[in-house]
Amino acid sequence: MTIDWAIVEMAIPLLAVGTVMTLKIASVATLFGLTGGIALGLVSLGGWTWMRWLVRGYVDFIRGTPLLIQIFIVFFGLPLMGFRLGEFWAGVIALSLNSAAYIAEIARGTVGSVEKGQTEAAKSIGMTQGKILFYILLPQSIRPMVPALTNDIITLLKNTSLLSVISVYELTRSGQAIIASHFAPLEIFALLAIYYYAIISVLSWISRVIERRLPAW
Amino acid sequence: MTTDTPFARRPHEKSLLSVRGLRKTFGEREILKGISFDVMAGQTLVLIGPSGSGKTTVLRCLNYLETPTAGAIELAGEPVGGDYVGEPPRWVPLPEHRLALQRSKFGFVFQRFNLFPHLTALQNVAIGPRKVLGLSAAAAQARAAQQLARVSLAEHMDKRPSQLSGGQQQRVAIARALAMEPRLILFDEPTSALDPELVHEVLDVMGDLAREGMTMIVVTHEMGFARRAADKVIFMADGHIVEEGPPEDVFTAPREDKTRRFLTHVLNR
Repeated sequence: MTIDWAIVEMAIPLLAVGTVMTLKIASVATLFGLTGGIALGLVSLGGWTWMRWLVRGYVDFIRGTPLLIQIFIVFFGLPLMGFRLGEFWAGVIALSLNSAAYIAEIARGTVGSVEKGQTEAAKSIGMTQGKILFYILLPQSIRPMVPALTNDIITLLKNTSLLSVISVYELTRSGQAIIASHFAPLEIFALLAIYYYAIISVLSWISRVIERRLPAW
Repeated sequence: MTTDTPFARRPHEKSLLSVRGLRKTFGEREILKGISFDVMAGQTLVLIGPSGSGKTTVLRCLNYLETPTAGAIELAGEPVGGDYVGEPPRWVPLPEHRLALQRSKFGFVFQRFNLFPHLTALQNVAIGPRKVLGLSAAAAQARAAQQLARVSLAEHMDKRPSQLSGGQQQRVAIARALAMEPRLILFDEPTSALDPELVHEVLDVMGDLAREGMTMIVVTHEMGFARRAADKVIFMADGHIVEEGPPEDVFTAPREDKTRRFLTHVLNR
């Protein structure tokens, strides 16, 4: 077997274009997923009962169905509801909805495991549930959340490859385009693997730096 | 004593806190089997008794950290944890925000301090006045600094709990309770988690508070403190009040056998 180096050389800059799109989608979806997920996590700890059940049902649905199906539902569902946002935003929304559910579980678990005495002390000075979550429990949970969140963000980043099915021109899709015209699947898929691996290595490194910088008590 | 509360016009006048028939069950286990007592404003009440007798549960029921199974608690004439509504009167639990407000009138000092580890000593004390009482940041900090000075910790204001000794942490916790300007403070074995050489610094602060007229209910095994600072001692065993009276009576001439046995045991340790 021989590797066609000419194709590899030609593919490197083309794939870089797809990489930019992948990073764009991943960062916007991470932003939405994080804020939405933490908000949902807090609701499931301190919200009214009916809200908790709503979050519970949402998380169950997301965990219980394949992401690929969720992407199609968003992609074909949004236009039916009158939103013509195009495949980029459909992809971002699908990934955000998906990661928010998992992040909600992380937030619920981490915030819920802060020592019970903290809640009691906060109650004893007259704090209500919302204030306790916001001023006492959440700040103490950020550092222990980082490793689990990193995992989910990595998953989200890899999941962007699924958006190729709704023709978002991200990294995987840009590779597939090259394969279609030059038929060099092994070279291209190997290159794609290297690209993803590099991005995720940087991400893990950033996460470790953040974790080290966050104050510990 | 002066008071303008409706309580003053009642038969059991001047009692700041009144507890009647307090019961608490956890599952099948009945921890409190009908506890009644009164605390007058400015008094220090000390609860003693063997572990498992329910002393801590009494404190935790008073400010509704635990919801009592039955019984009535009144603070300055106001029912705690709920109110009677309608005719015939029906007990309705308070909504969360009103219960929280009521809780802030009881200071609570925990055995394990329970300071907020992510905040400095000053922030630990200021956060209640700021976020619960709605003081401005500057006013809350000024009040916090003042209370920290009161427990002799002015020079440690900017340290985090992890940088303080156990005795210092517990004094921050006392300042945190004081900063809410509570009607009374509940102390749950405040020196039990301390190294022996640090116990006195916390007891000294508590003694000062008692002399300054702060109303306090103290669960403790420090019999020396109980003798010195208490206006009234209650001896509890097995969910009941066995005996109560001024410390000189309870300690030197206990009426009940159970009390005598307990005292011989703890005083000869």
